[in-house]
Amino acid sequence: METTISVNLKIWRQRGPKEKGSFANYTVKNVSTGSSFLEMLDMLNQQLVEKGEEPVVFDSDCREGICGMCSLYINGHPHGPVQGITTCQLHMRKFHDGDTITIEPWRSAAFPVVRDLMVDRNAFDKIQQAGGYVSFNCGGAPDANATPISKEVADVAMDSATCIGCGACVAACKNGSAMLFVSAKVSQFALLPQGQVERARRAKAMVKKMDELGFGNCTNTGACAAECPKSIPLSNIARLNREYLKAKIKD
Amino acid sequence: MWLTSSSLGRKLVMAITGACLVLFVTFHCLMNGVAIFWPLAYNDICAFLGANWYALIASAGLAALFIIHIIYAVWLTLQNRKARGNDRYAVVSKPKQVEWASQNMLVLGIVILAFLIVHMIQFWAKMQLAEIIGAHGEIDPQNGLAFIMKAFSCWCTPVVYIIGFVALWFHMTHGFWSMFQSTGWDNDTWLPRLKCIGFWWATIVVVFFIAQAIVFTVRAHQCCAIACY
Amino acid sequence: MADIKNLEGMIDSTPIMKDFADIESSKLPEYQIDSKIPEGPIAEKWTNYKAHQKLVNPANKRNLDIIVVGTGLAGASAASTLGELGFNVLNFCIQDSPRRAHSIAAQGGINAAKDYQNDGDSVYRLFYDTVKGGDFRSREANVYRLAEVSNNIIDQCVQQGVPFAREYGGLLANRSFGGAQVSRTFYAKGQTGQQLLLGAYASLNRQIQKGTVKSFNRREMMDIVMIDGRARGIIVRNLITGELERYAAHAVVLATGGYGRTFFLSTNAMGCNGSAAVQAFKKGAYLANLAFTQIHPTCIPVHGEDQSKLTLMSESLRNDGRIWVPKKKEDAEAIRAGKKKPTDIPDEDRDFYLERRYPAFGNLCPRDIASRAAKERCDAGFGVGTGNAVYLDFKYAIERLGKDAVRDRYGNLFDMYQMISDDDPYETPMMIFPASHYTMGGIWVDYELQTSLKGLFAIGECNFSDHGANRLGASALMQGLADGYFVLPYTMQNYLSDQIKVPHFKTDTKEFDEAEKAVKERIQKLMNIKGTKSPDEIHKRLGHVMWNLVGMGRTLQSLVKATEEIEEVRKEFYSDLRIVGKADDLNTELEKALRLEDFLVIAKMMAIDALNRNESCGAHFREEYQTADGEAARNDKDYMYVSCWKYTGDNEKPILLKEPLKYEAIHVQTRNYKS
Repeated sequence: METTISVNLKIWRQRGPKEKGSFANYTVKNVSTGSSFLEMLDMLNQQLVEKGEEPVVFDSDCREGICGMCSLYINGHPHGPVQGITTCQLHMRKFHDGDTITIEPWRSAAFPVVRDLMVDRNAFDKIQQAGGYVSFNCGGAPDANATPISKEVADVAMDSATCIGCGACVAACKNGSAMLFVSAKVSQFALLPQGQVERARRAKAMVKKMDELGFGNCTNTGACAAECPKSIPLSNIARLNREYLKAKIKD
Repeated sequence: MWLTSSSLGRKLVMAITGACLVLFVTFHCLMNGVAIFWPLAYNDICAFLGANWYALIASAGLAALFIIHIIYAVWLTLQNRKARGNDRYAVVSKPKQVEWASQNMLVLGIVILAFLIVHMIQFWAKMQLAEIIGAHGEIDPQNGLAFIMKAFSCWCTPVVYIIGFVALWFHMTHGFWSMFQSTGWDNDTWLPRLKCIGFWWATIVVVFFIAQAIVFTVRAHQCCAIACY
Repeated sequence: MADIKNLEGMIDSTPIMKDFADIESSKLPEYQIDSKIPEGPIAEKWTNYKAHQKLVNPANKRNLDIIVVGTGLAGASAASTLGELGFNVLNFCIQDSPRRAHSIAAQGGINAAKDYQNDGDSVYRLFYDTVKGGDFRSREANVYRLAEVSNNIIDQCVQQGVPFAREYGGLLANRSFGGAQVSRTFYAKGQTGQQLLLGAYASLNRQIQKGTVKSFNRREMMDIVMIDGRARGIIVRNLITGELERYAAHAVVLATGGYGRTFFLSTNAMGCNGSAAVQAFKKGAYLANLAFTQIHPTCIPVHGEDQSKLTLMSESLRNDGRIWVPKKKEDAEAIRAGKKKPTDIPDEDRDFYLERRYPAFGNLCPRDIASRAAKERCDAGFGVGTGNAVYLDFKYAIERLGKDAVRDRYGNLFDMYQMISDDDPYETPMMIFPASHYTMGGIWVDYELQTSLKGLFAIGECNFSDHGANRLGASALMQGLADGYFVLPYTMQNYLSDQIKVPHFKTDTKEFDEAEKAVKERIQKLMNIKGTKSPDEIHKRLGHVMWNLVGMGRTLQSLVKATEEIEEVRKEFYSDLRIVGKADDLNTELEKALRLEDFLVIAKMMAIDALNRNESCGAHFREEYQTADGEAARNDKDYMYVSCWKYTGDNEKPILLKEPLKYEAIHVQTRNYKS
């Protein structure tokens, strides 16, 4: 049954990437437990606006767990304490009356803070631009059923392709590594027949770009997969390692 | 060179050196077993692994493995700290799927290194090194058993050793499956299996080491007692 | 404005329309609309067009610049394809990455006339179903072309590496969607939109890497710059720095999505807006069929005042879920009071109202019909939950197929439902209620997807063309990609072919100066109001007005009342708005306020459009116009036209223009999903 609770918030506020940030404390009362976490923050922002203060800036768009825009580090976990969901899918019924909730931005050198809880994840786009595609021009595709793909392979490829590019893997990783993100895309194409031709080139190009952008080295802690809102498995990273090593050894 | 410039290359180096070190540790463990069950045969092994050209090459190779493994570990850690950015999280909570060891490999490595230095001073410096530089102490460098007895006659030795072994256990439980992951030999089916194999491998080796340390300590004190007697 | 007290008993708005708009001028020759439909039989129109259109040669393409605003399915596919052809493309989005456009949230699937299931599908049948589903208010030639290229889309996406669902034999799987009697929907779990968008995003990335497309993120279009009667550039606001930036090109493409958030609560993303459409409108482009807004039947019901958005549960759930409410009012009351659970109601006391009313299509009848039927039951007092909800029950599917098969098909949707509602849909039926979802109306475009402004194109949801009065499920993705991959790249060349001598435009001209100045003044005006209400508060108020008066059931009285209440909200907006922060800085409140200002324009136009249309068709249901058994009563004699609206000034009456709809390849009939 839905009730209302009151929560204390400790929120990171930072004006810009070069400026120093610090925590600010707020209290939000009368939060319905049926509300989503972001709706609770909307309430906070409404309070702040009423007082003439600037609202807390955070990213959110679709609010149904698929666009990958929301990115809050809540009580020590990217996307909050519940696994397998995004911040926007977190509901207040997971918290208790009087709880103190600490909200931080993704912290990684490759994701500079833009304002408060909003970070710049442009590095992810750059990695995708380095090779996250099949090169062919529109109109040149053969019939969709010309190449059968086994259901098992298609399903595993789909699991990899589910990545929403939110950056929780980087945020969760004590090394700031983007391996899960990169490996999900490399895996998807490595599994499907359409991706075979550029398989080696893609793995090399995407890893190179990832390294250039200052992401850390993977040490197989597995925090990325544990905190991934789409539960993308660690086996993708092994597959990326394999793809990359194979490509390099072939050279 | 992609083994230094690429993050995956660096990981491969860690994995391969790690794998070799796992094999070395396993071999060492078996060799110690010889010392328990066939003490004289152990001395033969010590003689065999003295300052001979093949043993020296092997030792140099082993040393290189250690040094590369350590240098890469420090290098990777420094890079990773940089990648983490300047501000740290105020609250960090470890997800239940994440092994404690995996997040503390460097600390565990440092403990093992400290142990290793003690161990080398106690044995290698007086055995192979002594042979090489031609220094002769009171005990023959090829009499491994005597060094064991001497080292374990002190009570602090087993304590230091057990601390080192426990660190080694944690280090190996993560390192074992991790090296397969880094070389790309994993998948969803094999990951849990490798974790399981790694767990038991590390456990057997470490239990065996600890048992040896205890046996040697007991024997060293008996031996002393006999000597005093 | 009409006096509301005098309207009693009135159902035909014609006598009072002059208070709201200029509907007489539509007969004048200068207000006749040319939709540029090619000659010939319907199946040959597009082929003929392509055979005879003008092209731009490769050497000239690189001298031509095209601006594409938006990176959803339509925007990303158009930008990447135009880039592949060799044009210089400038691509803009408001999110931090092109991959986050709201197309990503489409769940169910994409239609194509592949007939892989051998169940009698064909291009004609897809065309027919779409026109019929749209209740004969879409442009026949556009829809036929859409059906024609639908098959290419699937080929294209598979080659991009989109992991569509497959059968064990390795070929593509299909499922059924509302309004169709064949299985023609291709899907990738419940994330088809995501996979298709990531496919288009991948193609876009390839072009960005090649340098043919330049991508600008976190930029919002504020105005279109017209030079000598043609769209030649845009002014955007950099959402990070707050600075205004200028971009020039030979043509401008809007792919900015729908205006569903006029209702505040909708299944659209927080950033979805109708601002680009309004800027185009103010520059002279027509807005068309704005009354046609789709209310999706299967959304998770509203839980409270602080709610920010509604979550859609895919229409695919209606394949196996059965929709019902209690047959007895006392059961419904007991459920609402928490005294009974849905599982306590025996089968014979359940009213499967869709199966009862529409036996031939049952739970898979089109969205507008399913939504209205739910509203009808709830209004009659049979609603559950808060009273505004019906059940979608998987008990029967689980009995028939087993829990595992159901989990396999809908697992992620069930998880999503449980996360939000805290109920387990494997054990207890889901509660659903209609919510604003998609807008069929939008910027008027001709056959070439060009608006009434030269050089300004509109593609995807932001144009009006293909769905008529109601869109069928899994057709939005099809339309977005058809426009972007297979239509615009052709028609754009036809437009640009005589522009090859036109040099790159500079942005320091007086037209750009003026446009930027106007935007600055507009922002300053809003910043200077310094009232007490946040944009969200005012937007919520607007949302209530729209949902209650311009929602699923409309009457002449409600619409007249709506125009008055919208006017009041508008007054409140201009007198009591409060924007904290600065204009030349990252300012989310200012972003919301600017979008809200435009929603107010759209809201008013929606009400006027709905008022003008004295009939019920598709999603537009005027309660005065219904048959004896509660179905929509269409009026083909008077309203078989696209209602296009021309802007004349902020406080002036818009002019109605009519594009008559002719159906040559299809026999116009009453929509029937009963038998």
